[in-house]
Amino acid sequence: MDLLYFSEVIISGLLTGVMYSLVAIGFVLIYKSSGVFNFAQGTMLLFAGLTFVKLTEQGVSFWYAFMLTMGAMVVMGILIERFIMRPLANQSLLSLFMATVGLSIFLEGFSQGIWDSAVHGLKLSEFLGEPPPIEAACQNGFFACVWARFLNILAALLSPNPIFLSDYIPGFDVLIGAFDIFAAIIAGSMIIGLSIFFQKTKTGMSLRAVSDDHLAAMAVGVPLSRIWAVVWAVTGVIGLVAGLLWADRISVSFTLTQVVLKGLPVILVGGLTSIPGAIIGGFIIGVSEKLGEIYVAEWFGGQGIENWFGYTIALLFILMRPAGLFGEKEIERV
Amino acid sequence: MFYRETNHIVSTYLADRRMMPLRQDRWFLYAFILFVLFVVPQVADDYWFGAILIPLLVFTIASLGLNILTGYTGQLSLGSGGFMLLGAVATFNFLYRFDGQNLPIDMPLPLALFFAGVVTGLVGVIFGLPSIRVKGFYLIVSTLAAHFFILWFFNSYRYFVNYDHAGVVLLSSRYYELTWLTLNPDNYFLPELTTLNLNNYVGKYYLVLVTTIILTIVAKNIVRGAMGRKMMAVRDMDIAASVIGIRVGATKLIAFFISTFYIGIAGALFSFSYTTDINLRTHELDRGFQILFMVIIGGLGTISGSFLGAAFVYLFDIIISLVGDKMLGGMFDSAFVENLGKVITGVVIIILLIKEPGGFAALWGRYKEKLRTWPFPH
Repeated sequence: MDLLYFSEVIISGLLTGVMYSLVAIGFVLIYKSSGVFNFAQGTMLLFAGLTFVKLTEQGVSFWYAFMLTMGAMVVMGILIERFIMRPLANQSLLSLFMATVGLSIFLEGFSQGIWDSAVHGLKLSEFLGEPPPIEAACQNGFFACVWARFLNILAALLSPNPIFLSDYIPGFDVLIGAFDIFAAIIAGSMIIGLSIFFQKTKTGMSLRAVSDDHLAAMAVGVPLSRIWAVVWAVTGVIGLVAGLLWADRISVSFTLTQVVLKGLPVILVGGLTSIPGAIIGGFIIGVSEKLGEIYVAEWFGGQGIENWFGYTIALLFILMRPAGLFGEKEIERV
Repeated sequence: MFYRETNHIVSTYLADRRMMPLRQDRWFLYAFILFVLFVVPQVADDYWFGAILIPLLVFTIASLGLNILTGYTGQLSLGSGGFMLLGAVATFNFLYRFDGQNLPIDMPLPLALFFAGVVTGLVGVIFGLPSIRVKGFYLIVSTLAAHFFILWFFNSYRYFVNYDHAGVVLLSSRYYELTWLTLNPDNYFLPELTTLNLNNYVGKYYLVLVTTIILTIVAKNIVRGAMGRKMMAVRDMDIAASVIGIRVGATKLIAFFISTFYIGIAGALFSFSYTTDINLRTHELDRGFQILFMVIIGGLGTISGSFLGAAFVYLFDIIISLVGDKMLGGMFDSAFVENLGKVITGVVIIILLIKEPGGFAALWGRYKEKLRTWPFPH
């Protein structure tokens, strides 16, 4: 086995895993706070991506379109809380799950109905434009120099060209996708942001209280419905970020909703209630899918195993740890 | 006043254990069965058979099966689409391989359906094995793996679909021939063979209808017997069930077997009486959700709910597409109409889940209560 090739496979698997984790985090947030298995995550990605693309196609600039879509996702989160979660509170988990499936059907029709069903290409690098030359900018002072360097790095990361690691580490002749690194950086900063939000802010603390025991949280005066609205809104914003990153890869169309099927094994491996679990689960599923594609697929006639391979891996992990790697073990008693 | 449960006095234990203890229920059911057996084939036309009655009954069988697993045993399954495809392909293979020429047995369709159900059931048990250890939402990984694995398997190993490149098997008319022994009026000691061909709408309707009736009776008796009580105990609290001596794992696996047996037969009938071909692309993941909706909207853990839910979900789809085609088709383009249909479907699903969490079966129970107390509701 070629070690360099092997490490290339591993690295690209890890980076793909980050993309899966982006979807999985949204799942985990909602499951943690309200016990709902949100199947509509994929269509939320589609809704966000489609809204963003259609806005930019009408000439709205990147940041305005981003803010407008974010506003739409927040409004959507509040509406979901008001019209689905609140009336269905205290229903069985299966009813709530099916309600999110209904929501998924609704959003699919709604987003394609108000916009359209066509396939839209989306390249984030186009919004950046041509980065300024570093030498020229560095003559205008220190900050302009730093900014120009930053824009250049960003442009390199967003470009479709791969990065040769041998340029940085001599002899380490490995190719990786630049955009995957960008996605990993975004995902990492999103996770840091979320953990700060959870640990340091008052809303975050209420969120943790609700996820621990929502009856007890209500008893000490945590406004449950507002917390749920916040969770759904935050999930919508995560859906926007994940949607844009995924859209850059596979363009905005109905296919974007199928991303949810990639996120499912990830959270099941990591545990439904753990954000670190979603990351580790993403790594595990990403790497094992890549390895499976290369080393296992040939045993099976060599095609199409990626549809079920992730689930089989997830199944193996779950058989070892029934609540996922980091999930909370329920103590059962009669 | 209209619906009374009093004055039904039984004098034997056997009479006490009847499937339908109330006289008016029984009469109504007998009348209904006679109606669908003898009146419906006289009045229905090809559209009713092909587009409404046959698929409706097929989906009823599938949701009966899923109801045994999800409604009675509490194990969530999203893999129904894969199991339906497996049932169809298995039936085809039994009929195609056992054709009376290469192998000396000429297998009739009902027997092939039964064996296909058994095959599907065994595969269902294999994918149900994780349920012994895994609970709740974590189990959907197993059923999703089942769905995607079965779809991938038949797409990769085309032996089972007769090496068809498009993955479509057309079903020959030979499969529908049933040979019966009938009395010979000339010589009563020498019965003669007659061949009945089910390859027409009436024949297919009877095939599906009789299967539905048999499977409904079996399902009703499973769930009201010892097995059903064990299943419900496992569903309500598996720890408590194991404490009182129920073998939880075995019960779950048996539920998986029965459920996928039903779903396999439903899948076979879907191909053999509704679409008349086996297409590897017919059953996507949506199928599993569709059947789960039928079970939940009809009522989890009720036999009548499977009928009501299947009828509602299937007819609702038809009405949406009919209204879309006939009324709005001229005004808007087809993509918009389709999306509008999705929006309405999603909203109706959510409203039904909010307004009637027990499903149509609970709604029917409430109307029975109203009929009983009318006109003095207090």
